[in-house]
Amino acid sequence: MSSAPILELRDLSVRLGGSRRWFGKSVAPTVAVKGVSLSIHPGEVLALVGESGSGKTTLGRTILGLQPETSGDIVLDGRAVGGLSPREARKVRTAIQYVHQDAAAALDPWWSIGATLREGLLIHGVASAQVRAAKVDAMLVSVGLEPDAGRRYPHEFSGGQLRRIGLARILLLQPRLLILDEPTSGLDMSVQATVLNLLLDLRREFGLTYLFISHDLSVVQRLSDRVAIMLRGQIVECAPTAEIFQRPSHPYTMSLLASAPRLDRRPSAQQPQPQGVSGATAN
Amino acid sequence: MSPILRKLSRDLPAMLGLALVVIVVLIAIVGPWIAPYPGDVTASHLARRLKPPTGSFPFGTDNLGRDILSRVILGARGALTVAFSVVALSMAIGIPLGLVAGYRAGFVSELIMRVTDVVLAIPQLILALALAQLMSPSLESAMLALSLTYWPFFTRIVFAEARRLSNSVFVDALRGLGMGSARIVFLHILPNAASPIIVRATIGLGFTILTAAVLGFLGMGATPPAPDWGLTIAQSRIYLPGAWWYALFPGLAILLTVMGFNLLGDGLRDLVDPRLRRSR
Amino acid sequence: MIPVLSVRGLKVSFHTDQGRATVLDDVSLTLERGRVLGVVGESGCGKSTLIRTILGILPDAARVEAGAVVFEGENLLVFSEQELNQRVRGSRIGFIPQDPLLSLNPVFKVGSQLLEIMRDHAPPGTKRRDHIKRLIELLRRLQVPDPDTALERYPHQFSGGQRQRLLIAAALACSPGLVIADEPTTALDVTTQHEILLLLRELVDEFDISLLFVTHDLGVVAEVCDTVCVIYAGQTVEAGLVGAVLQTPTHPYTQALLACHPERSTHFVGIPGNVPSTLRMPPGCRFAPRCGYVEPVCSMALPESLQATSGASVRCIRAA
Repeated sequence: MSSAPILELRDLSVRLGGSRRWFGKSVAPTVAVKGVSLSIHPGEVLALVGESGSGKTTLGRTILGLQPETSGDIVLDGRAVGGLSPREARKVRTAIQYVHQDAAAALDPWWSIGATLREGLLIHGVASAQVRAAKVDAMLVSVGLEPDAGRRYPHEFSGGQLRRIGLARILLLQPRLLILDEPTSGLDMSVQATVLNLLLDLRREFGLTYLFISHDLSVVQRLSDRVAIMLRGQIVECAPTAEIFQRPSHPYTMSLLASAPRLDRRPSAQQPQPQGVSGATAN
Repeated sequence: MSPILRKLSRDLPAMLGLALVVIVVLIAIVGPWIAPYPGDVTASHLARRLKPPTGSFPFGTDNLGRDILSRVILGARGALTVAFSVVALSMAIGIPLGLVAGYRAGFVSELIMRVTDVVLAIPQLILALALAQLMSPSLESAMLALSLTYWPFFTRIVFAEARRLSNSVFVDALRGLGMGSARIVFLHILPNAASPIIVRATIGLGFTILTAAVLGFLGMGATPPAPDWGLTIAQSRIYLPGAWWYALFPGLAILLTVMGFNLLGDGLRDLVDPRLRRSR
Repeated sequence: MIPVLSVRGLKVSFHTDQGRATVLDDVSLTLERGRVLGVVGESGCGKSTLIRTILGILPDAARVEAGAVVFEGENLLVFSEQELNQRVRGSRIGFIPQDPLLSLNPVFKVGSQLLEIMRDHAPPGTKRRDHIKRLIELLRRLQVPDPDTALERYPHQFSGGQRQRLLIAAALACSPGLVIADEPTTALDVTTQHEILLLLRELVDEFDISLLFVTHDLGVVAEVCDTVCVIYAGQTVEAGLVGAVLQTPTHPYTQALLACHPERSTHFVGIPGNVPSTLRMPPGCRFAPRCGYVEPVCSMALPESLQATSGASVRCIRAA
């Protein structure tokens, strides 16, 4: 593992929403991300943990580039890549790709999956149609599908296959940092293992680095090398996984860990109440 | 396409609509060859004027002795030409506007939608009257009037779909891949918006035929001696109720054609669903 | 002491384009008064259909083919829609749905929605004034901030956890004896979930309610339930006290499910294979294709659910 970070965020802030009207009330923008500084090292799995309203999703999209930042620096492989429009940012930060939570929804239902995958390569600059077709067929096989699966449409595949197709689409672009948005959310326990093992295999095979956005502490504990805890737009704690789970220092981290339902816990009244940090996210 | 047809075949009203539409289209295409008296577009045979339906003139004859069956058949071409032209022009105006307005919110989007609202408020017939005054009454002025008042319907639908799709996960994924807006809008959003557009277009065809017939009836559309259905009904008025066949058969033609398009459009509403696309 | 709710041999099928799908096949469970029963299963096991059958809100395409749902001694399956509405739903059985955002109408004030429920299900003769007082009391007990003005606000003005408390208030408004909760904490953050689970446990003890809690999360079951019933492919495969089932599971599916849990394994453990389709159930034990202990006789005949004297049951020949 080389020491220079793949990605560095310096004092990053993102303000969202807000509208100025000539008549009636202007709405002030909310600060979704407040002064976040973070480094991600090649090959590691960094988990970004937070509850709804913490800003973790916004931070993920800002790193990706679809959400412009308000202030702060974004440095990718030593180059400053901040301050760009979404379109420009995506062109410059192609080493960063995003894996959506809902793999089925991330595919255009009118396009065959082969066409969808080939289109990604076309945008990426692969000019020859034959080269595109060859690469797509090879990638489909390497994620465990038949090469002629390319002629089929998204609705003809199962959820697990669609997840692999989504990953294939991104892997064709040779990314180095993948932002995984809640990859196990909504999945049954018995199925989560398949997804997580696949992600670990792919990391090994393609030399990837993961930014893993999740609220599920149990998955985070087993998958990640480091964990960053977000609360109301700020990173309140960032440390290697073992440390976070065994010796958490921030009160919010402790309340998160205390709240997770445990199999071996005795039910009801004897449990200490977590300090109320939730409930502040009404509109 | 076959799963679509298979599903359509279970919807009886839609099949009826399809049959009617197909028949009318065929009649429009082969009209001059199947009409018993094709010359009756312009000729006049006063000797056999206002004859009731008989063997040689199944729909009877009009005040100039022309065979009404032939004129009804020949009128199909005009009716469908107007309908397809108007709908095509409305789509050409309305769909791009809807795409632009729906894809990205902002000043341009608001502008387009407010203009759309204003145009929607213009009554079609009044505009047709005005244009007829300006351009002198003709089929062209009627078609222009109808197109200029029908495009907002497409804009509204396309706007809603484009807005919805623009916020969808797969479009977000496409943007994440660095895809440009034009490509996203025309290759990804438009196909997914096809369903409501097709339904609206089909129903629009029927609606246009009806309105064009009304304009013809009011003398603001086709001019004599064109075998236009609405015009024929207008000409038949003074001969009613005696020569009932004169108004009845063109009227039935309008009724069945419009009904056919409406039933087909309704049937298509549920059908054009990407999940029916299957690999060969 | 007769149990509050007793489901016996329930079999429910659906008519689909591809044939008849048997979603529930011989499901039985028992809920004692003042207890919390967890119904645990993964997606597609039939949990939602079970709840809908109990509440009598199955879609038209569904048919109850066999079994009984006995609530306080009466079989609900023979009740008419009107009887269920007037005499059972709301007043005697409360329901807490899964997603508070989807269950509340965004264009109406919260108060009007809750009052509508009371109006439909509260005992006749009670006045609107009393309903409002009762609701405000409930909201205070459920720790909804500013209960006096809460009724005048709209759903979007509350956080997810607060909305779920509103729905709990709706369920409890007419003091039902049985409350059915359909994954009430799945859509919530983990800290909020913890608060709501503690709250539910307190309410059960305080108001002597019987709670049927449907979930897919074994940790939640451990935290809030007294007894548990595990459902796989439309059948009850194991039932018993929470402590016993979670510590010493008997059925291979329960064992496999627990093995997936992060507290029981450091690696990522899954269950190989897939749940059988409701259209084409395998003959014999439904879990046989994926079971680590499978024997030839397992695929030949469906094992019966074996009852122990304690009330626990297992559907597996190994338990005999």
